[in-house]
Amino acid sequence: MKIAIPVNAKSMESAICQSFGRAPYYLFYDGEEGTSEFKENSACASQGGAGIKAAQLIVDEKADVLLTPRCGENAAQVLRGAGVKMYKTMNDSIRENIQAFKEGKLSELRDIHPGHHRG
Amino acid sequence: MKIAVLSGKGGTGKTFVSVNLAAVAGDAMYVDCDVEEPNGHLFFKPGAVKTRQVAVEIPLVDSERCTGCRVCVDFCNYHALAWVGGGVKIFDEICHSCGGCIILCPEKALTGKEKVIGQVQRGKSEAVTVLSGMLNPGIPSGVPIIKELLKGTEEKERVFIDCPPGSACIVMETVAAADYCILVTEPTVFGVHNLNMVWELVTLLGKPCGVVINKFVETENPAEKYCAEKEIDVIGRIPFDAELGLLNSNALIAVREKAKYGRLFGDLLARITGEVWL
Repeated sequence: MKIAIPVNAKSMESAICQSFGRAPYYLFYDGEEGTSEFKENSACASQGGAGIKAAQLIVDEKADVLLTPRCGENAAQVLRGAGVKMYKTMNDSIRENIQAFKEGKLSELRDIHPGHHRG
Repeated sequence: MKIAVLSGKGGTGKTFVSVNLAAVAGDAMYVDCDVEEPNGHLFFKPGAVKTRQVAVEIPLVDSERCTGCRVCVDFCNYHALAWVGGGVKIFDEICHSCGGCIILCPEKALTGKEKVIGQVQRGKSEAVTVLSGMLNPGIPSGVPIIKELLKGTEEKERVFIDCPPGSACIVMETVAAADYCILVTEPTVFGVHNLNMVWELVTLLGKPCGVVINKFVETENPAEKYCAEKEIDVIGRIPFDAELGLLNSNALIAVREKAKYGRLFGDLLARITGEVWL
């Protein structure tokens, strides 16, 4: 199972990023192998539609689940369309959230916000 | 001549100034480009109103033809398209209707479909032709409606454009069409902060401009000081006046109600006309 998490830096000690679409990096963690890989988010500084592009990256990397504090409506549509399940993180520690997810302690993310779209 | 009336912040008096200028000019056109919350028509109460829908073209995908090459997804600068679950997903609200994806699709799997985003209303109030743009709720950009409104502004000698607040894309679109800009401000620190933003914008676009200080008080004030420092002409000072405020709150046009306000705006109009034709 491949787990995606928005993070502030390319390190397992980094904090989880409070924004999904505009996170600078994503961690892709392989639940079976215990390996981790960090990918830059090219949508981070984009003018609009950052959530869609970011969700596209998560989908293209074939992640099974996304652990995130928040997620916008457009990104959620892309993720749902590809069957990526979203779970709400409980604090900003990468390791603690992965552990909690494995133990089934994280709840599904339900409060999808309408986004921060600009005209 | 097209006169754009703008200000950094809302509630400064753009509509008040542009409505009264158009009314005092008589045979003129008033164009409400504040399409997110148009209110000039509430003052003019135009008759014989004709309404025209404004539509934009957004892509529609033919999934039979689509081969999943993702040229469209990679092209879109606004990320309005995504490749999900073996198909192209289009986000209508994100799309800016550039049409690039339709042109680039090698399989001709994308075509354009019309999407109504709002309307343009045209009516008459005494000698003034009143144009109002109205954006439908939930539509992110009113720029196509402003383009449609500005198409109709060639027929009149005197056109007053009531701009949206701020200094974003939608304001630039409006200012670009103008011959002269009136920057409405208030004699406050906040007013000056916003005045500075629009002044930078009109300067960048190379438009001549003058400042109107609304709610003016006869004391030293930040707006007057700012204009002196930047060497910007203060072309009008509208007094902080309870009667004027009351007329405006009741959606009445001051110049049509009281001769003294007719003179106030008549003088302002003469000053602007002089500035533009110098």
